[in-house]
Amino acid sequence: MTEMINVALPKGRLGDKVYNMFEKAGYECPSIKEKNRKLIFENPEAGVRYFWVKPSDVAIYVERGAADIGVAGKDILMEAGSDVYELLDLNVGKCRMAVAGPAGFSYDRNNELRVATKFVNVAREFYAASGTDIDIIHLNGSIELAPILGLSDVIVDLVETGTTLRENNLEVVDVITEISARLISNKSSFKFKTKKIVEITRSLESVIE
Amino acid sequence: MKVNKNIFSNKEKAMFALRSLYASHGFSMYRMSKFEEFELYASNMDYLDSGQIITFTDTDGMLMALKPDVTLSIVKNNRHIGNRIIKLFYNENIYRVSPKTHYFKEIMQVGLECLGAIDDECISEVLLLAAESMNVLSDEAKLDVSNLDILTQLFESCNISRETEEQLTLCISSKNAHGLERVCRSADLGPAKAELLKTLVTTYGNPDEVILKLEAAFLENSLFSFEEKVSFGKSINALKKIVEAFKEAGLEDMLNIDFSVVSDLKYYNGIIFKGFAEGIPDGVLSGGQYDKLMKRMKRTSRAIGFGVYIDNMGKLAKFDGEEVEIGD
Repeated sequence: MTEMINVALPKGRLGDKVYNMFEKAGYECPSIKEKNRKLIFENPEAGVRYFWVKPSDVAIYVERGAADIGVAGKDILMEAGSDVYELLDLNVGKCRMAVAGPAGFSYDRNNELRVATKFVNVAREFYAASGTDIDIIHLNGSIELAPILGLSDVIVDLVETGTTLRENNLEVVDVITEISARLISNKSSFKFKTKKIVEITRSLESVIE
Repeated sequence: MKVNKNIFSNKEKAMFALRSLYASHGFSMYRMSKFEEFELYASNMDYLDSGQIITFTDTDGMLMALKPDVTLSIVKNNRHIGNRIIKLFYNENIYRVSPKTHYFKEIMQVGLECLGAIDDECISEVLLLAAESMNVLSDEAKLDVSNLDILTQLFESCNISRETEEQLTLCISSKNAHGLERVCRSADLGPAKAELLKTLVTTYGNPDEVILKLEAAFLENSLFSFEEKVSFGKSINALKKIVEAFKEAGLEDMLNIDFSVVSDLKYYNGIIFKGFAEGIPDGVLSGGQYDKLMKRMKRTSRAIGFGVYIDNMGKLAKFDGEEVEIGD
């Protein structure tokens, strides 16, 4: 019997793109494209079992071993500090994690900087490295609103094209890091399913654009 | 005394099996109190995985802690070791914040420590006991071994900042070759050094194959001086000796060399290792040489040890229906 590898894919646009990469790499599972309410899809011949999960949950499924491998954004891995192997940069879902503020913003070091973000840990680490005192405001969405309404001075968020920022008269102040989707593996699974996981990694590597 | 053999839980069976294993190899049981002076941890805070410790003020005003670790106490309480090797094992509850839930957790830990004139034989004995411990807990287990000295020496030859070292270590521990390339580029490390660091990410698995690749990468490399090669050779030999010991014991199938096993370079040195059991997502056993911790605690001797985290093993189905036999 072929060894089965459980793969956690992020629901949504990025997930579709990533599944296409798996398909191109030789790990197709046609039933995944059917419109139904099934949650798990498998192709025993290719030795893969896919399931869709919320993008921010992929790393949890992998870290806790429910999935052997998965695809998660670097932003999520950084924020959660997930203890997983990061085997490949898939070069999709690309954007930047950046600090943005009102156009022409300059930081007055006499005052505590108020930072609104979904990525509390990333922001804290970034400012700790420069010894800046910050007040973190944890928001779950519409982060761009915070500086406009005076809730925060700046925001730390993902910036893809910068259109949303521009339309709200905000601009990038600092780029923290480049973000893209990464292939991750559970550390223990990697020890016992090394051959198969390495084979999938190599095949995916060959279809990266 | 009669004890009903059916009263043992799987966790208790595992715990007693491990204790019996260590005792049969001449290790003595070390017992400690639940509490330790907070000062011990305050001065070695980054040795602990988390800086969060449960503290309370004792009736005499002394700030005390519920122990988050056993090794520090063993080192503290063994001052005059001389030329002997002290071999101890313990079975204690420790209190730590779980990195996953961020809440305090009582963790049952079994482990052993050797302090003193540690030689290759002692290192091999500890590693074999780690492998046997894994076999007690699981039918399918792996022990990943690394030599931290190779990484330390390579870092020294790269002349990089502590921050870059930390970033590189993180990439190596997560097998992140693409991230490592980026860190190397931004730290202006030449392609030759970057390639060597990448070797530590891409070379893992079968010990004989890994050793051949390491020898080719480090000992036949014109980047290094004769002295540097001697030093790398010594570190590779330390791994070779372990591989030989495992072959002799017939345990070589469970041994991997894997540099993604890393520990804090401020405390650990030399051989470090981690045990994995099939179907268990987290490492179950973790250990290594900690001569640097000994030095920080003003001890002149060397040390090696490991801890087994039985709680990570889940239901321990292997012990279902297993009868406990009380022997001598």
